[in-house]
Amino acid sequence: MSGGDAIPEFSKAKSGGDGQDVSLTNLSAFASGPGIKSGAEVAAILAVAVVIIGGIELALRLFHVPQYIMPPPSSIVYALFDEFPLIAPHLGYTLVELVSGFTIGAIVGLVMAAVITQFPFAEKIVAPYILILVTTPMLALVPLLILRFGFGYTPRIIAVALAAGPMVMINAATGFRRVDSAKIALARSYGASTLQIFWKIRAPMALPMILVGLMIGAIFGLLTAVGAEMVGGGFGLGNRLTSYSSMIQMPQFFAVVLILSTLGILIYVLFFLIGKKWASWET
Amino acid sequence: MSTASARTPKLGVQAATKVYQTGSGDLLALDRCSLDVQSNEIVSIVGPSGCGKTTLLWSMSGLHRLTGGAILLDGKEITGPRPEIGIVFQEANLLPWRNLDANINFPFEIKGEKPDRAWIAHLLHRVGLDGFGGKFPRELSGGMQQRAAIVRALALKPSVLLMDEPFGALDSFTREEMNRLVEEIWLDTKTTIVFITHSIEEAIFLSDRVVVLTTRPGRVAKIYDVPFARPRSLEIMATKEVFDLTNRIKMDIVGERRPQAQQQPEHKSAEIVRIRP
Repeated sequence: MSGGDAIPEFSKAKSGGDGQDVSLTNLSAFASGPGIKSGAEVAAILAVAVVIIGGIELALRLFHVPQYIMPPPSSIVYALFDEFPLIAPHLGYTLVELVSGFTIGAIVGLVMAAVITQFPFAEKIVAPYILILVTTPMLALVPLLILRFGFGYTPRIIAVALAAGPMVMINAATGFRRVDSAKIALARSYGASTLQIFWKIRAPMALPMILVGLMIGAIFGLLTAVGAEMVGGGFGLGNRLTSYSSMIQMPQFFAVVLILSTLGILIYVLFFLIGKKWASWET
Repeated sequence: MSTASARTPKLGVQAATKVYQTGSGDLLALDRCSLDVQSNEIVSIVGPSGCGKTTLLWSMSGLHRLTGGAILLDGKEITGPRPEIGIVFQEANLLPWRNLDANINFPFEIKGEKPDRAWIAHLLHRVGLDGFGGKFPRELSGGMQQRAAIVRALALKPSVLLMDEPFGALDSFTREEMNRLVEEIWLDTKTTIVFITHSIEEAIFLSDRVVVLTTRPGRVAKIYDVPFARPRSLEIMATKEVFDLTNRIKMDIVGERRPQAQQQPEHKSAEIVRIRP
């Protein structure tokens, strides 16, 4: 114990660890620069959208581009409303896979990050394997999972969990590794236990990085869910994509793409708002 | 100190030695450092930077274990953090994700006790932070953050307050204000205070005694009595006595920074110097 103390240091640069400059708001397009505030800025963004979408619509009609190459935006929007009752159940299936797979992956990832960062030696040993988990596209395992678990939810949920878990874990670990010796000393001076230090100091300090991990994990999870649905099984938004494209129903195809990008944006906004509420103390 | 042997000091530092293990070998931070702090006394510790002032304070707090020697609180050896000891850290050290109220409740949360609302309200009023309980640290100035940290440290009614360069990051006007505040609080509570600082003026203004440490490894080089009456005014700080005392301490510290070869041989015993006002 006696020799293990660190020389007291208080420099601010030290306290951040290697994740010091990463926070949710850094990844945020809303918070970069002055942010979107005035009505004029919103109007300008909408005007750009109108010009681009209108221009595409006009060009496609003017040059008589066939629907199977690129449907005009108007027919995509029409297909979205027209086909929505048929697409909606598939949206539900995809959400079930995403939410359950992500929840499993996030919990396992968080627990593992919290545990391994307590043991620096174990962390060193485990690190390369985690890197493999992070960098391997879990989609590659889907055919194998389907062989083993059939065409139901199971292989997809496993794939989503495998994609989201390591992302959550690697970011949360960065968060847990941020050590502020002065804050831990403060807690210890009141006789705090290791568990109290974890819940009252380490966890809140890690929260911004945990949220970044959850957001990236959820987006990777969505990607993997859709990919897995395209590989096999008769349901889910990914299945709709392959089905519509094989039938050359391009407006419907793009309507599904539109739903998927909306899902992605919603995931981003959700975690952005959580971060703003609970982790905005950092900036 | 003729009376020192008669009573138990509040804090007794006995041949405190501390070795840090670093990547480039062992580092001797404190070497048989001895010092007694009496009850209700304010003692400042000054010295060249890196002389082990903070190490000594952290050892007094029980946060760091000594490699050799002992530190006694009311005659009992300190082996870990003690509830009778409050600490005010450098740069306030508030938890940025908690508002002021939650920061001040933090010690009670750790101990599983109910916060003493009336006492905390009294302290907040004393330091002029009424109505700031809902503010987050980032919304407050450095001086206000440090006031909140003082309230947090005093909330558990410690009998010893250890202050580790608490006002080092503040501008000089705020610093003088904070020094007066510490004196006021001391006049109120008579809490024993050990105060680490690199400002000699601050040390003289606040202290009953100023302890000068040697350059690393830290040992007590000299102890100066500061006999001015309290409450001390800023005018006192402009007198010749204070000026002379400041210069003598300054020369001691400068002397300590000279190359090793010119230093006094080891086992130099602490001198006690008294100044007549």
